[in-house]
Amino acid sequence: MSEPKGRVAVWTVLFPPDPPQERRRSDEGRQRLKAARRRGGQTLHAEWTKLRTLAGTGWLLLGTVAATAGVSVFAVESTSCRDGLGCPGDPAKLTLTGVQFGQVVVAVLAVLAVSGEYSTGMISVTLAAMPRRPAVLAAKAAVVTGLVLVAGTIGVLASVLAGRLILPGHGFSPARGYAPLSLFDGTVLRAAAGSVLYLALIALLSLGAATVIRESGFAIGAVLALLYMFPIIASVVTDPHWARHLQQLAPMTAGLDIQATTGLSSLPLSPWAGLGVLAAWAGGALLAGGLVLRLRDA
Amino acid sequence: MTAGINTSYRSQARPGRDGFWLLLRAEWTKFRSVRGWVIAMVVLVIVTAGFLLIGKVACSNGNSACTIPLGPGGEAVDDSYYLVRQPLDGNGSLTVRVTSLTGQIQAGPSPARVRAGSGSQTANLRSGVAPWAKAGILIEPDTAQGTAYAAMMVTGAHGVRMQYDYTGDIAGLPGDVSAALPRWLRLVRTGDVISGYDSADGTHWTPVGTVTLPGLPATVQAGMFAAAPSYWRKAGQSGTGGGPTLATGVFDRVGRAGSWPDASWTGTDIGADAMYPQLPGGYRQGGGTLRVTGSGDIAPDIPGLSASISFALLGTFVGLIVAVVVGTMFITAEYRHGLISSTLAAAPRRGQVLLAKAVVTGLVTFCFGLVAATAALAVGVRSLRQGGSFIDPVSTLTEVRLVAGTAALLAVAAILALALGTVARRSAAAVTIATMGIVAPWMLSTLLSQGAARWLLAVTPAAGFAIQQAYPRYPQTSIDYATDRAYGPLVPWAGFAVLCAWTLAALVLALFLLRRRDA
Repeated sequence: MSEPKGRVAVWTVLFPPDPPQERRRSDEGRQRLKAARRRGGQTLHAEWTKLRTLAGTGWLLLGTVAATAGVSVFAVESTSCRDGLGCPGDPAKLTLTGVQFGQVVVAVLAVLAVSGEYSTGMISVTLAAMPRRPAVLAAKAAVVTGLVLVAGTIGVLASVLAGRLILPGHGFSPARGYAPLSLFDGTVLRAAAGSVLYLALIALLSLGAATVIRESGFAIGAVLALLYMFPIIASVVTDPHWARHLQQLAPMTAGLDIQATTGLSSLPLSPWAGLGVLAAWAGGALLAGGLVLRLRDA
Repeated sequence: MTAGINTSYRSQARPGRDGFWLLLRAEWTKFRSVRGWVIAMVVLVIVTAGFLLIGKVACSNGNSACTIPLGPGGEAVDDSYYLVRQPLDGNGSLTVRVTSLTGQIQAGPSPARVRAGSGSQTANLRSGVAPWAKAGILIEPDTAQGTAYAAMMVTGAHGVRMQYDYTGDIAGLPGDVSAALPRWLRLVRTGDVISGYDSADGTHWTPVGTVTLPGLPATVQAGMFAAAPSYWRKAGQSGTGGGPTLATGVFDRVGRAGSWPDASWTGTDIGADAMYPQLPGGYRQGGGTLRVTGSGDIAPDIPGLSASISFALLGTFVGLIVAVVVGTMFITAEYRHGLISSTLAAAPRRGQVLLAKAVVTGLVTFCFGLVAATAALAVGVRSLRQGGSFIDPVSTLTEVRLVAGTAALLAVAAILALALGTVARRSAAAVTIATMGIVAPWMLSTLLSQGAARWLLAVTPAAGFAIQQAYPRYPQTSIDYATDRAYGPLVPWAGFAVLCAWTLAALVLALFLLRRRDA
């Protein structure tokens, strides 16, 4: 590589500027731009083909929907406060419980999208065909995110529907001040749409982690540990100052703040800020993945 | 040309019994020579043991000392009640008739250990008797908390009982007490020995039990008491309600035999400044009857998770993910790199290969798990106690079981992952299934109804965590052990056996597939 190996901005390493001698007339530049667009489209198309033709992808997407909707239905169905005692304060959050399980399938899908190439050796072919490695990662991220957004939307919509149909019969009646869940309610819409985004960000986080770690077992283990370790630590630390900081820092706890529709003032972070924390984790993981992918032999 | 066949190379190595040891050695060499796995084992120790260095548990009891009295057996106990007493010199007996046991329940918002004396104590009271509300007579050397005692009592829903030294509990006459169905109770003291009797009519007496309180002084305190434990109820996701309760026992026909130097009774609210949630008690005397009202409990303390020694082992959840990853990779890496062909060519008896792998994975994880659990208990418990929280003490034998059990839990989980890895041949699927099989039920259980949560934690591999339960289950408390986070639906060894059964089943399936499939 021709770049200096010393202090270089991360951005320069990821997207090196074109060598100056290649700057030509503007007409030629436009053609180069067109070619670059075509290359980008081809990378995207290649990633789409690879993911689409894997037998596992469809099952994992189905699993995402099933885990999200299934666990949500389970949680809603098994919660009852018919006598008016101990009703959970946030029916929307309860309805979206399944996201906590759908995220596991999403993580597997995203990890396999990268690790699968390493375990079969396909990665050499991919990188030989598309030497611009960050573009490969970006294309992978786009394809996986798109698929997860679709699956997540279906799962979340099914969850909300289940909550709307089941909850009123379980003590969450309008008489007790629980309006039926509706996506026309701004906060419920935010919780539902945010949950879909949450799943997409988990996918990006896993994708980045898998690019760094490469081996699928280690990568899945690392992602699961990262997600579940913080809540466990937070439960150990009851010093409220520390516990709050941990909840603000943890990708899962902070990210799931987006599901809260009541008691917003007592949340460690505001819903969107919480999702922002998860986005920062995902961005960090992708950045690390991009750097490692660029600097390391495949 | 034909001579070549006769002189062809024959291995000098003897086939036969040392084959398995060679296999074990081969697998051990594979394990230790992969740097990532060794590092992972060190990580396992760190994440399992290193949790409690981050923060400390603050004692929830505000300013006063966060301690719970210890009973004669060294276990933590609850000892809060209202006592109406007199000293008794030497041998003697106390006989009473109990004609009623009523109570009140406070529908308070906080199920946590609330500091007595805070908040509106008499608000939201409605009538109701806790199942283990108690009223009766007792004999004890002094009124200090945690002292030895023997008592005869009527209870809210468990008939007449004789209880002693917090953990002892003997059933007497069944049925609830009422004016139509009074209960007669008697305690007889002879030296160190105290005998309890009950009767439905005051003439026909039945011995309930005889207990020895070693070192009982000549003068003891004897009298009538009332206590009512706080009640809990769980309603769906993290919804709990509960609060302290009161019990009022009505006593008459008080008969004293022996030397009772005082003429009148003295009332004492015992443990009013302790951590147990309590309402103020009292007594009223007149017309030959004594009404004693009290709150609290005289029973073994059932710690919540954060006061349990198992709390120091919470890092096991994360350590377990590491163990699962290593266990899976120990076989899936062979498939990925094609090493499995060489392994099976060198050792065609595939069952022995799987067994050797299981032994090596299990033993290595067990050893590192031992280090992790020992460190977690030694460092974690000390750090928690220095932070001011009260951890209910356990016996050395229990500590040994916790350490070895945690190591065994990690080891068996690693073997389960190995078996799943052999079945799936892909690490991602095996790691996910093993992790979710053990961790997810715990996550789900907080969302489900009690029945479903109990069932889930009893039949899934998650049941293995039962081995980390530190304290015995006493039937004479109202705690629902099955859904308590520090306990669970199964007793320690039963829960561990469930995990082992899953592991065995997975191993059998793995063996079957390994034999049938081409590698």
